This record gives sequence, C-alpha cells and structure tokens, in this order.
Amino acid sequence: MIVLKAENITKAYDGVKVIHNINMHLKKGEIVSLLGVSGVGKTTLFHILSGLFEPDEGRVMLNGEDITGKSGKISYMQQKDLLLPHKKIIDNVSMPCVIKGMKKKEARKKVELLFRQFGLEGCEYKYPSQLSGGMRQRAAFLRTYVSSNGVALLDEPFSALDTLTKSSMHKWYLNMMDQIEMGTLFITHDIHEAIHLSDRIYVLGGKPGIIKGEICIEQEKPRKEEFEFSKEYAEYKRQIVDALTAQA
Amino acid sequence: MRRRFQSITNKLPAIISMGILLALWHFLCITKVVPDFMLPSPKAVAIAFYEDLDLILEHAGVTLTEAFYGLLIGILFAFVIATVMERWNVMYQAFYPIMIVTQTIPTIAIAPLLVLWMGFGMEPKVTLVAITTFFPVAVGLLDGYKSVDCDYIHLMRSMGASRYRIFVNVKLPGALPHFFSGLKVSTSYAVVGAVISEWLGGFEGLGVYMTRVKKAYAFDRMFAVILFIVVISLLLMLLVNLMKTICMPWIRMEKRREK
Ligand SMILES: Nc1ncnc2c1ncn2[C@@H]1O[C@H](COP(=O)(O)OP(=O)(O)OP(=O)(O)O)[C@@H](O)[C@H]1O
Ligand SMILES: [Mg+2]
Repeated sequence: MIVLKAENITKAYDGVKVIHNINMHLKKGEIVSLLGVSGVGKTTLFHILSGLFEPDEGRVMLNGEDITGKSGKISYMQQKDLLLPHKKIIDNVSMPCVIKGMKKKEARKKVELLFRQFGLEGCEYKYPSQLSGGMRQRAAFLRTYVSSNGVALLDEPFSALDTLTKSSMHKWYLNMMDQIEMGTLFITHDIHEAIHLSDRIYVLGGKPGIIKGEICIEQEKPRKEEFEFSKEYAEYKRQIVDALTAQA
Repeated sequence: MRRRFQSITNKLPAIISMGILLALWHFLCITKVVPDFMLPSPKAVAIAFYEDLDLILEHAGVTLTEAFYGLLIGILFAFVIATVMERWNVMYQAFYPIMIVTQTIPTIAIAPLLVLWMGFGMEPKVTLVAITTFFPVAVGLLDGYKSVDCDYIHLMRSMGASRYRIFVNVKLPGALPHFFSGLKVSTSYAVVGAVISEWLGGFEGLGVYMTRVKKAYAFDRMFAVILFIVVISLLLMLLVNLMKTICMPWIRMEKRREK
C-alpha cells in the first residue's frame, strides 16, 4: 500500500531548475533512501514533500490526500538536529504533542516511556548542549517519531557522525525500525549506508536533478555482516554507481 | 574549589590595575602636582562620602526610582515595538528609520524641553530615561529575532506549529541573549539619564545634589557622588547578568561544554 507519493515534482530557484519531474513513492513501513551528490536538490525535494516549499509543478499525495504545500502533515527531520537549546530533551521530544494541544505534563508523560526504547535514559532532563552528537541525533529521531503518523522524512540522519558512531547508529536504527512501524524516506550520499539500510533506493542525479535509477535491495532484514562482502552487495553497488554516472 | 580559586586569579589583573590607579591618584595629591581644590585626595573623597552618606542615599533613592520606572517603560515599549516590527515587515520599514533618527538627537538637548513640557517632578526624568533606554533594548530584540536560524522555523512549521507558538518557542528564546546585551547598555544609560535630567531642573536626586555641591565648590563631595554613581551602575549591570543566568540556565551548560 502506497502511503506517500510524489507526482511530477519540478522546482526552480530564481529561474534555475533544481529538480525536474520527480516521481517517487513510499509504501507502508518501507525504508527507502534517496541517494545523490551534494547540491543535486535532495533537501529541496524533502522541503517540498514536507510542505514547507511549494513545487512549481506536480503534487504530493499522502494516503490519497493532496497535501502539496501543506506543512504539519509529515514529520520531517532536517539535516541539522535542530534541538531547541533552551528546552530540556524531554520537552524537545514532546514538542509535537504540545503543538497538537496537549498539556506539557501530559506530553512529558506520553514520551517518557520511549526514552528507554530509544536508548536515551537519563537524558530526559538534560539540555541538548549536554549531549553528544550521537545522542542528540537519537533525540531528534525520537522527536520525529513522536510527531509521525506512519511516515517520516530524514535528511542525512547519520552524516554528521563519526564512522564508529555511525555504524553503531545504523545498528540501532535497523533495530528501531524493526520495533516501530514507520515508513521512512531518508537522504544519504553514502552508498554503503543506502544498501545496508534500505528496502529500495532512488538515485537522484544530473542538473536539474532527475531520478536516474531505482534499485530494490532484496535482502532479508536484519542484514548480516557477511552481506557487505557478498556478490549481491557488489552488484547493487555497481548498479548504483552506474546510475549515478549515467549520462542523461 | 579550583573553580573558585580560578575566579579570583581571573580578577587579579583588574584588581591590581585599579590599585595602581588609586595609588597614582593618591601620589598626585600628596605631591601637590595637582592642586587640592581641583583634585581632592582619595582620603578626602572617602571622608566626604562618609559624612554625606545619609544625604547621598536619600537622593540616590529618588534617582534610582526614576531610573527604574524609566527603564521599565523603555523595555516595555521596546518589546512591543520590536515585536510588532518583527511581525509585520511594513512596520519595520516604517519605524526603523524613525528609530535611528531619534537616536541622533542628543539627550542633553531634549532634557530641557521635557522639563518645560512636564515640570520639575519625576515625569520628565522618567520620560528621558525611557527614551534613552528604549533604543538598545529594541535593537537587541530586533537583532535577536533576526538571528534565529530559519531551519528552526521550518522545523516548527513541519510540526504544524502556529505563528504564535513559533514566536514563543523559537524567536523569543533565540532573542534573549541579544536582549540582555541591550539591557546591559540600557541599565547604565538609565542611571546616567536620570542624573542628567536632574541637573537640568528638579528638587531632589543625585543630579540635584551634584549641582548643589558644585555650586559650593565642594570637589571632594562631587567626586564622592561620581564614584557612588559608578558603583551603582556596576552593581546594576551585575544584577542584569544575574538575571540573565537565571532566565537562561542552558547558557551555563553551553559555556561549561566549551571549557
Ligand atoms: N532557498 C534557496 N534559494 C536558492 N537556491 C537554493 C535554495 N536552497 C537550495 N538552493 C540551491 O539548490 C540546489 C540544491 O540544494 P539542496 O540543498 O536541495 O541540495 P542537497 O542535494 O540537499 O545538497 P547536500 O547534500 O549538500 O545537502 C543547490 O545548488 C543550492 O545552492
Ligand atoms: Mg541537503
């Protein structure tokens, strides 16, 4: 079942076309990544999907409803963690509930139980500046989860982390996605990350950016360590590189 | 313990330089390089201060009251106007030039006018203080509102927040550091503003006291009250800093992290 669908999205900044005629979709509970080099228009596309920006052409459909240009419908984790520095972690995380009209106390109670599950115990009443980068990322992810109703957009959720933290976050992320039902579309420019984490990959490339390829990763989850060294993995990687370097 | 020790050693250079200045002053007086009636010795100033303490405190009460109400009104106006200017860009375009122009009018020039319009009571003083303290706070707030990273606003919008909520949760807290910088400047202006307006007409207050001792050529008292005003201004700024740490507890954590 398709939950989120982008139809013929085109967007230009000051007359310069950034993305052209993008078609993509996300099924229920699916993890899909959007891969592309820096500046190709990935964040722009996410801003449009989340309703922050209006596309010049095309529309965005959520569960069959046209939500083009309407923000507040899909939860969106941006490229920076954007935790409000003046709010304690628990209040940052419960912010979506407060915005939907819940009392602060109620909202805190609602999210409190999730801290353990997200590996954030003990951080509830700290300020964001007291947390490490990985923990902040988790908190931002938890906030995204709290505000989501089954769909989330994640803009480079792991790219600010060092390699070791990154691979432990990957494990944590796959484990989380196993427990929670959340269709996720995430941006990355790391090919390994894309193959390792997703069910499907869109490759975005060119100027203006178009979808250059769609690759399904048919591998059982959770993925084994050996997968990385298998023939299939190498094949997926080749397909992606081909798509990235293909001439329009 | 180490932190406390550090905070003393940090202040050491300032204490030493002030000590040297005081010693120099003392030296200039005892050697009569500068005649007594022009520059009273530190000792004479201390004695004058002690003798007139009751009187000075009484006048200081009046001055501080004026400064306080003036500052309060100044802040209130600054908040309302800066917020309106932030909310509607037209207002920003309309008011910003006026704000800048009013700043170029010297305080000394409007003070007598205010006395003419409002008499010799507290009103002209409070008004003058309000006018002088308005600007730094208003500019601080405006800069603060503008300094907020627009991705935070995107975040709030993507969570479906209303304009009001974005203001309360993102813009206002984001503007606080700039607000307090402005407030610090305004606080020192407030006392000086009140004193200046008292010079130009009135019956009580430190400014009035100053004009009286000046007429009597009592330079030691003059110096005593000047130093007193300096100390009060410093204390008030300290108070603003204290308020800042109370209002923004997260800043402390950020500083600690930087170390
Ligand atoms: N608000 C804007 N106004 C004008 N041009 C913009 C704006 N935002 C982005 N651009 C331009 O659009 C292009 C795509 O930007 P975008 O941020 O979508 O890229 P990206 O794929 O997310 O890159 P990265 O991987 O570096 O985050 C860039 O050339 C950028 O300079
Ligand atoms: Mg980007």
